[in-house]
Amino acid sequence: MTEEFFTGNRAAAEAAKLSRTQVVAAYPITPQTSAVEYISQFINNGEMKANMIRVESEHSAMSACVGASLAGARTFTASSSQGLQLMSEVLYFASGMRVPTVMGIANRTLSMPVNIWADHQDSMVNRDSGWIQFYCANAQEVLDNIIQAYKICENEKVLLPAMVCYDGFIISHVAERMDVLTQEQADMFLPEPNGSNRPLLDPKEPLQFGEVVYPDWYPDFEYKKHKALLESRETILEVAREYNELFDRSYGLVENYLTEDADIVFMGLGSLTSTTHWVVNELREKREKVGVLKLRVYRPFPDKEVIETCRNAKVVAIIDRDIGYGTTGMLYPDVTRALYPLDERPKCLNFIVGLGGKDVTPETIMNIYKISERALKGEEVDTVNWPDARIYD
Amino acid sequence: MTKKTKIKDLTDEEFLHYGSLSCAGCGAILAFRHVLKALGENTIVINSTGCMAVVMQMAVPKIPYFHVLFENGPAVMSGVEQALDILGKRDDANLLVVAGDGGTADIGMGSLSGAVERGHDFIYLCYDNESYMNTGGQRSGTTPFGAATSTTPVGSVIKGENRPMEMRKDVPEIMIAHNTPYVATASIGYPLDLIDKVKKAATIRGPSYIHVFSSCPAGWRSEPKDSVKLAKLAVQTGFIVLFEHEDGKRTFQHLPKKRKPVKDYLELQGRFQHLLEDRETIEKMEEFVEKRLEWIQR
Ligand SMILES: Cc1ncc(C[n+]2csc(CCOP(=O)(O)OP(=O)(O)O)c2C)c(N)n1
Ligand code: SF4
Ligand SMILES: [Mg+2]
Repeated sequence: MTEEFFTGNRAAAEAAKLSRTQVVAAYPITPQTSAVEYISQFINNGEMKANMIRVESEHSAMSACVGASLAGARTFTASSSQGLQLMSEVLYFASGMRVPTVMGIANRTLSMPVNIWADHQDSMVNRDSGWIQFYCANAQEVLDNIIQAYKICENEKVLLPAMVCYDGFIISHVAERMDVLTQEQADMFLPEPNGSNRPLLDPKEPLQFGEVVYPDWYPDFEYKKHKALLESRETILEVAREYNELFDRSYGLVENYLTEDADIVFMGLGSLTSTTHWVVNELREKREKVGVLKLRVYRPFPDKEVIETCRNAKVVAIIDRDIGYGTTGMLYPDVTRALYPLDERPKCLNFIVGLGGKDVTPETIMNIYKISERALKGEEVDTVNWPDARIYD
Repeated sequence: MTKKTKIKDLTDEEFLHYGSLSCAGCGAILAFRHVLKALGENTIVINSTGCMAVVMQMAVPKIPYFHVLFENGPAVMSGVEQALDILGKRDDANLLVVAGDGGTADIGMGSLSGAVERGHDFIYLCYDNESYMNTGGQRSGTTPFGAATSTTPVGSVIKGENRPMEMRKDVPEIMIAHNTPYVATASIGYPLDLIDKVKKAATIRGPSYIHVFSSCPAGWRSEPKDSVKLAKLAVQTGFIVLFEHEDGKRTFQHLPKKRKPVKDYLELQGRFQHLLEDRETIEKMEEFVEKRLEWIQR
């Protein structure tokens, strides 16, 4: 392990290198760009034995990753925002072909209006594309999640692609102290790339891929894909245990902080959960019973863990850094659906914050707390709140 | 061209299984059959969405075959080629992308242009039936002037495809402009010429592009029995010019010594029936064909 001072994008590039990725196909977009530039440098300096395909679009980036995966290589790409949307058709293609490719996403909102800063709109709208989704709260997690993702995705029980999402600029461009595995350590954890546990494009064993499936059989295929994604949670946990044993860094599907006796549980994805941690510490000093649940894995959705954490809470403050226009934030319905079967449900409030890179400050979280506290006292409050937007009524 | 293939040189082995779902008289499937015979079983096929991808289901059991999306064949192949390269298996197989005119000239143009510009080592085969047939025969960037399609119908005001004659998208010329090492045009009316060109392409390092004129009875409203005849007539009337382009030089094949009148070609197809009595337009077409023949042999 070496101690480094790396940005999230650098961490993503280091993870691709440590994972011995063989084919990288990517197209630049702010804020992902420097991840791809680092990889280009590694390859051109001979530090990484991989082929880099400088494609002409993100649609082609993902297409090339699928082709390279089916030819037997370990593949990586990274993208953001508009790039991810352009790739959207190919995301379903990738998961349908069951290719274990890994993609870093430096989260950024979607135009229009134009804005290059962080929110989760880009990855959230693609949450149902059959990919595993990880959300990171710092650069260390970017590195650890990407390396683990290969081991998870390539497991023959899973064979699905994964997105490792980290907030644009906030994580992608801020250098932090972190521990980086040595190549020997990474090799100890992650076996050499080897496509032999999945069907490949090989003239010696000709197979037909991408055929039409008629209605009578279509649901069977869909069910298998869905089940593989649902059940990947076990592989995710197994891989996390191995990682922890080797490198002493513990991961689960979710991370709970002081939630055990909490009346109010804050829940969210990405870097804003670190800010929430800080606010929880402040509030605990004042003996307020609050805690935070960070979702590390958003797909498959960790129903069991969310229920476990929230069942004794009185109020759950679901913080979305995205908006499902015409309804609520996108995390909110996932959580309320998971909690619905409980006989006694906590009050679930939704907070839309940090859109287009608006800083999610301790004050923002404190405002979320104040509204939640009013609900805790039995006051009527709005279900969906926009605590950091100017509301013109 | 080095060695010319003769009929007796052709292998009896079929790589396309009996019972593919194409229409009777389909030119594209004929092209595909010949191309696979030329390349043999040591080939990986990436097929963009279109008629061939639908009729090909389970029809090429001896060859690894991947039906991809409509517009991403060349991008998928870029990945395949780079993966084989890093795995040390690049020389193990011929890499072939097959796509229609829509998948090539229109929605897949960016993907093709990118893959060719990056210099990947693969053969791209466009079968041009001059329309989007898989979706029922809509106009594409290669639909010729005057042709009736479902989105350029013969109405009481506008009759068929009406963009200027010379504006039809000319993909082989676009590929030449990319400095593609090998660009050729072919027609299913001249299968041995097609086979020669595919074999040649297989020896090229880097990308090669072959554009095959492929009759389509369903879309052109022609008789299945006339498919081969039409594919020859297109060449004999000068509508289609067969050539190879390599090292900056163009050589021609089956160039008509005495060009047949374009009407011979038009009258066998329902899609041009409304033009047959339109003397002025037919004259313009003759002029256009003459000018283009002159230009291409400049
Ligand atoms: C992104 C996308 N848009 C549209 C379609 C619908 N579509 C499928 S095949 C096709 C036309 C194919 O035309 P062409 O490439 O000429 O092949 P042909 O069907 O003529 O063989 C269309 C429009 C699609 N599959 N994907
Ligand atoms: S519609 Fe045309 S191209 Fe498609 S299968 Fe029929 S004849 Fe062939
Ligand atoms: Mg077509």
